[in-house]
This record gives sequence, C-alpha cells and structure tokens, in this order.
Amino acid sequence: MKIALREIAAVIRSKNSGPYELTFDVMLKDKTMYEKIREANVINEQVIADLYRIPKQDVLSIVWFPNALAVKATIVRPLPSGDIGERDVYGAEQHAPLMEYVFDL
Amino acid sequence: MKEFRILSTSGILGYGFPEASFFAGIEQKPDLIACDAGSTDPGPYYLGSGIPFTNPTAVKRDLRLILKAAFDLHIPVVIGSAGGSGADVHLNRDLEIVREIVKEEKLSFKMAVISAEFEKEFLLQELNAGHIEKLGPAPEVNAEDIIASTHIVAQMGVDPIIEALRKGAQIVYCGRCYDPAAFAAEPIRLGYDRALALHLGKILECAAISATPGSGSDCMMGYLHENDFEVEPLNPERKCTPVSVSAHTLYEKSNPYILPGPGGHLDLSGCTFTPVSDRRVRVEGSKFFPEAVPSVKLEGAKQAGFRTVSIAGNRDPIFISQVDEILAGLKERTTTNLSADFDYTLNFIVYGKNGVMGKMEPLTETKTHEIGIVIDAVADSQEHANAVCAVARSTLLHYGYPGRIATAGNLAFPFSPSDIKVGPIYVFSIYALLRTNDPVSLFKCSFEKLGE
Repeated sequence: MKIALREIAAVIRSKNSGPYELTFDVMLKDKTMYEKIREANVINEQVIADLYRIPKQDVLSIVWFPNALAVKATIVRPLPSGDIGERDVYGAEQHAPLMEYVFDL
Repeated sequence: MKEFRILSTSGILGYGFPEASFFAGIEQKPDLIACDAGSTDPGPYYLGSGIPFTNPTAVKRDLRLILKAAFDLHIPVVIGSAGGSGADVHLNRDLEIVREIVKEEKLSFKMAVISAEFEKEFLLQELNAGHIEKLGPAPEVNAEDIIASTHIVAQMGVDPIIEALRKGAQIVYCGRCYDPAAFAAEPIRLGYDRALALHLGKILECAAISATPGSGSDCMMGYLHENDFEVEPLNPERKCTPVSVSAHTLYEKSNPYILPGPGGHLDLSGCTFTPVSDRRVRVEGSKFFPEAVPSVKLEGAKQAGFRTVSIAGNRDPIFISQVDEILAGLKERTTTNLSADFDYTLNFIVYGKNGVMGKMEPLTETKTHEIGIVIDAVADSQEHANAVCAVARSTLLHYGYPGRIATAGNLAFPFSPSDIKVGPIYVFSIYALLRTNDPVSLFKCSFEKLGE
C-alpha cells in the first residue's frame, strides 16, 4: 500500500550539521510503523539522492535511531553555509521533498 | 559521590530566559552556572567581520542575573564561545559587559579569560608540520586561506577551562569553545566521569531544547552522579521524556551515536534513557574514547567582497512563464551594458519558483501568480557591487521579452531606495582539525581581578 511519509511522521526537519553538511531527521509517531519502514529500508542513500537531485556519493550517511523512532540522513551541503549563492544559511527549510515522499509498503 | 548540579540558563547567552525558571534553579543551590553562546549556524559573517551575533543589551541582562547569583552562592560560572563566534574581538565585547555589571552591582570575582584565536604565523607553522587535517566534506586547508582569513579560532575542550578553575578562577570566560566543555570542565576537575559530564553538557548546552515543548530560551537543570545523570527543565510547563532527551542527540549532528569533540569522541550507542518522574529523565551508559593525539576544530572566515541586493516582485503571467529565460538573458545583457573591468558575481533568487532550494528543488513548474526576485551582486568593492546591482536592476525593469504587453516596467519595488548596500561579506575559509599535544597551553589564559 502507498504511504506518505508526512502521514506517519511526528517530525520531518532539516538543519546544518556544521557549515559543510546538511542533515535530515525523520521521527515517527508509532513504533510498529517505525519497525516496518526500517525493515523495508524505505529511506536509503538512493532515495535521498533522488529526492534531492544529488549524486549518491553526496549522501554521507543514513542512521537509524530507534530510541527516538528516528532515521537521520546527512548530505554534503550544496554550498558551504553562507557562500555566495546561498539560499538557506541555517539549512532549516530543505525538508519539503521528504514531506512529499510517498512509498510502497 | 555527592550530586553535582548544573544550571543551564539558555541555549545561547543573550537569548534570554524567564526569571522564574532561573530562580527556581538557584533555589536548588547549583554547583555551577554555565552557558555557551557558540554556533556556526548564523553563517560566516560574524566570525569574519568580528561583529557578535548576540545582542549586547540581551547579553548584559542574562549575565547580570547569572553573575549576581554566582556571587551570592560562591559558585563558578563558565561562559563559552563569547559573542557567538569566540574570536578575541567578540570576547572583548563580552568582557566589557562583565566589567560594567561587576561595577554596577558591586560584585567581586577572580576571572580567567581564555582566548581561542590564533596568529596566522603559528597556524602556517602547524600547516607545514602536517598538524592540520581535512575535516569531512570541507576543503583541505592551504596557506592562502590562512593568510586571507580575518579571524581563525579553535573550539577549546575542557582542558584549558579545568586549568583556569584549578588556578582559582570563579568566572571562566572563554573564546570559541566546544559547547559541552563549558558545562563539563568543573565536574571533570572534581573527579566526575568524563563521558557522563560531556554527555550532560551536550544536552545542557541547548538548555530546554531537549524538553517538550522545547525552548532554547528557558533554563534546564542537570544532576550529575557517579554512574548516571538526570535532567529536568525548570519551567513547570515543560517536561523531559526519554524520547525528548534521546531525540536531542539527533539535532544538528550527523550521527546520534558517535559525537566527535576535542580530544576524543563520545559513544552514546549503549545509552539508556529512563523516566525518573513525568518530568525528569535519567541517562546511563555514555562512553568516551580519547584520541591518540588530541585534536581541536579550527574555524576561519575571510572576506569575499562586497554585496548589494535589490528586492522586487512580479505579477505578470507572461513574464512568470519565461522567468528563467529572462534572467539568463539579463545576465548576458548586464555583462554587455556594464563593460566591467573588475570581477563580480551576479545571482538571482526567485521566490515562488526555487528560491529556497535552488538546484535541489524537485518541482520544475511554478504555478504561482506572483514571484519575488532578489538580485544579488557581489564585487571587489561596494561601488562595484552597487554598479552591478544598479545595471541589472534597471535592465530587468525594462527588459523586453517575447509576448510582452505590460510595457511600463517588469518589477514591483517595495522600497525606495530599491538597492540595499550590504557592505563587506565573508565566507568560511577554514574548517579543519588541528592536532596538538598540548590542548591546555594552546589556548592563552589570563587572569583578572574584578571588583573590590
């Protein structure tokens, strides 16, 4: 069945992790659903690369953190924070593609 | 081992906090008040320019409450990352505020001041000696970047702060600091477990952000024991839960289990988070693994020119349908109409299309009825940036595009003057590790007797 990430998530956010990395946190509402999406690996390097139109090697890590029913993805920042051409100094408004993410489960 | 209590006032010194929360913490007789002001989040401008991103009036308000309480209770105060970026110029701004408060309130302290800024000569030697290492996706450091930087700081760990406290300082005022170090130094000096103290510091440095509802401008109390620590917010409207506290380790970090810092990394993979009450959480199992050769993180920024921007809107469906082609044409036209004999960069940010995400924006078709355009001109002097922005702005205002029927002008300017002179701008120039065998004397410490 089709599942929209925003329907099952309590938190979907983005933020700088230092000036050279951008990190995304997804926290789920429910443990059963968390185990299911973790099992199905619905958030992986390729998914993040496709959602953000970046090469897969720019996805630095995907870490599952069951304590907080969370999964974290970190990518290379498109530009170092505050460089000429910057659009989001804090990196706090880059989460929307994850919100729109719909997958089969 | 007696319980060690740490009062964390706010996520950043100068963010403010409710007096009720603060005095509820003071009533519990804390052993330490600490706060860190540091962050690279606001971007490179503040480190590069030397202008603090914390407001002096707000810093003075926070510090006055902290210093008066510490004086009355005879307890130490550690402030990390003065002014946000922690170079000497930021530190000196804050020290003036401390001196004013001490005078106005008739207080008296022995204060240690620890600088985190380095001479370029020293860093060039360290670079040549191979002691500066690349860090993550940041570029390799080269000599040109060191020479071009306006300020280069390192995040100090607990070591220089411990040394200052050992020498009898009641206030330790630090330049750039690893955020948890301001909280962890005193308990580590007293023999508490380093891993627990640092992990507690990691939570307290954001004050009540790890509570629910979270806030960086409300106080939090940490209770450190021999084999665990506990945290509880001081505002009764907030509570800490195992999820809120464990989730906090995700925030602004790449990996929630392994947290590298000066001298080694925290490993939180074996941590447990247990509720003690419906508002307090106990944490156990934090581990610390020291590095063979200790490292500190270097941060530097350099000037990247001068900026002028112009902000305007457009509400024309024919224009909006061609905006990409129009702006590409504008870039060319600006080149030919300006005949610049200097280097410049001209960028456009189009809100309503891909203003927030740029190349990462997945939606290619805009359906909006209006767009906002920011013309961003950067050049080697303010006058040159003004010229680029002026020519781009006037050219766009009257730009002819296929099918144009609104021939009076393409832009709605909200302001007169339309162009905003931003002044000098900065970029990060150094983000790397410095290996050192002496993480104490790397940071220059001086002492000052304040008051009578």
